[in-house]
Amino acid sequence: MADPFYRAAGEGELRIEPLGELTAIFDRRSMQTHLVTQPIPEILAALEKGPGDAATLAARLADRFDLDGEGDAVAIVADRLAELAAMGLVEPA
Amino acid sequence: MRHRTRIAVGPVQFRIGSDWAPPIAALKRLYAGYPRDTDRPADATVRLFAARPWRRWLRPSVHIGGDFIVPDALPLPLSMGLLAAEMGMNLQVALGWRRHMLLHASAVAKDGRAVILSGESGSGKSTLAALLGEGDWRLMGDEFTLVDPGSGDALAFPRAVSLKNEAIAEVEARVDPARLGPLLAGTPKGDIRHLIPRADAIAAMHEPVRPALLLFPRFGGEPAIERIGEGEAFVRLTEASTNYIALGEAGFAALTRLVRDTPAFTISYPDSASGMTIVEQLWTEAVR
Amino acid sequence: MSAVGALVDLLAGRRDAAALGPRDWDGVISVARAEALLGTLAHRLNDARLPAPVALLFADMRAAATVATRQALWEAEMARRALAPHGIEFVLLKGTAYAAANLPCAAGRQIGDLDILVPWHDLARAENALRVAGWEWVKEDAYDDAYYRDHMHELPPLIHRERDRMIDVHHTILPRTHRITPDALALVGDAVRTPDGLSILCPTDMACHCAAHMIADGDLQGGLRNLWDFHRLVTDFAAADRGFWGKLDERAEMHGLEGSVHRAARLARDLYGTKLPSGWNRHRPRDERYQRRLLARDGWGGATDPLLQQAFYIRSHWLRMPPLMLARHLWTKWRKGHHPI
Repeated sequence: MADPFYRAAGEGELRIEPLGELTAIFDRRSMQTHLVTQPIPEILAALEKGPGDAATLAARLADRFDLDGEGDAVAIVADRLAELAAMGLVEPA
Repeated sequence: MRHRTRIAVGPVQFRIGSDWAPPIAALKRLYAGYPRDTDRPADATVRLFAARPWRRWLRPSVHIGGDFIVPDALPLPLSMGLLAAEMGMNLQVALGWRRHMLLHASAVAKDGRAVILSGESGSGKSTLAALLGEGDWRLMGDEFTLVDPGSGDALAFPRAVSLKNEAIAEVEARVDPARLGPLLAGTPKGDIRHLIPRADAIAAMHEPVRPALLLFPRFGGEPAIERIGEGEAFVRLTEASTNYIALGEAGFAALTRLVRDTPAFTISYPDSASGMTIVEQLWTEAVR
Repeated sequence: MSAVGALVDLLAGRRDAAALGPRDWDGVISVARAEALLGTLAHRLNDARLPAPVALLFADMRAAATVATRQALWEAEMARRALAPHGIEFVLLKGTAYAAANLPCAAGRQIGDLDILVPWHDLARAENALRVAGWEWVKEDAYDDAYYRDHMHELPPLIHRERDRMIDVHHTILPRTHRITPDALALVGDAVRTPDGLSILCPTDMACHCAAHMIADGDLQGGLRNLWDFHRLVTDFAAADRGFWGKLDERAEMHGLEGSVHRAARLARDLYGTKLPSGWNRHRPRDERYQRRLLARDGWGGATDPLLQQAFYIRSHWLRMPPLMLARHLWTKWRKGHHPI
């Protein structure tokens, strides 16, 4: 099955505050706090440029990270996207 | 209810009613020095009641009720009525208060700045705060510390300190016996004896202070100090807060600000003396 | 003056809040808390002249209700995300529905679990879809399970393993063994959509369900709070639609709920001053007994009628905080040469 496409939360819906090694994300729709580490904030930022699937996002992120193998990175991004969807921070497009 | 009293601790006005006289008499003695405003409506109500009318006299057992209840809380014998009142008051604050972010933490203050000590029961946070409060610190509270979401300031909740087990003898040796409540032996929480905070701590209970230091004490082991990051302090404090989630974004903003502005450490200590030394040392470095 | 009487009068707008003595507020606040009406009262008295401590407390309650309402609506959204991909339609019920439709009775209203109505034939699929999306049985107990399935009008409660929130999935609005069997297909078929794409019962069904929940289903569940919902619902619906009362009569009869709906209307009239049309404006001797039980609270918030001791259990956030949404792989290896901290 092809990786699903996801889209970011709407503008102003997330409040993102870096706290040292962690990043705290407050979701104004759910009133929930999420504490994440990289590459989660980077994936969310990459998604701001428009909806995408894991492969698209891994490509967008490649510039910023010295990624392991390409296939590995796509798999990791796909896993993180599924977790983000479960938390409601991204939504299947 | 037949017997009743009103108590103001920090910003919270309590109304406490009881089917029996002794718990109210004991509360009135512990809280005699607190400011009184009999016209002020109560923020929180606590009821100490008998489940059946005849249980007022026959093997009296105290049920704890009020605005919020814990479904499976067991009743206590009348001899522990004071503990029942304390548990009832804690519960109403923990579950009902929304004006400030509530941290399950003790705190002491000096020169308008606060040290906040957050930990589970058994961490020694109460004892450390009580002992520091007998020195040149102002005791802000042994159980709850309030953080104002607007200003980021810490506010005191100086209820009567609940000394437990070994801490009882440690404090008894230093304070005027008139400041101690009756010994409640063999309660579900061990031996308990209440300490009335010093008059100056009660008089200053409405004065906000800036948090200067966040400490997460652990009793036992060699003395140790470890600096922790903003993220870890954030996680620990959400776990220590009873109303973080209910406050929504106000809680998030308050906590983010607190951990960014306030250096945080875990500390281990083998006895109260070394614990106090560590607090003083970190304080000196923090306010320098 | 009894505290519960004062509360009802304040909600009904019959009593001036400024005329209450400072100590009268103790009882009003305690009873309002016990009846889960404090947030509602805080909104109702938004513009009233209040003693300063009461005004502060009410502002706290309004802010808290805003947060809680968002959280409740988010649960509805998460249920939609879980069920929509499977083509399962569902209808929001009770508090979440009022909030989703932004009805006046939603202001400050405490919302408990998420209640949804799913057509009987979709129940098993809904259950599966919810479990895939992270909801779990509160208790894995075969007896309870069978009991729910055989006798109740809902699945055994499910709780979300991450968010610690409950969902009650109903397939009708009264227990299956109840002598009255409302037309569940009509409830779903005539549901209406909110602008956000969520479904709620149509106005007449909403009023019927509110009355059924309160009168037909057990002992005045939710008591004064549900009666307040009913009062606000019918008052607002009647203001928007002159034919509302006639339609409500027909609809209640179709569901077999005319007795419950009429009783709820009379009680709402007697306590909250609901204006009823002539055909509804009757008196029944047994109403007094209902009314007494609705008002059975002392000035400390305690239930004075032992049958009414339906305390509002707070699943204690003190004993166990719902966990933060910690991403599970906090320290995942990501970059070459990157080591977990």
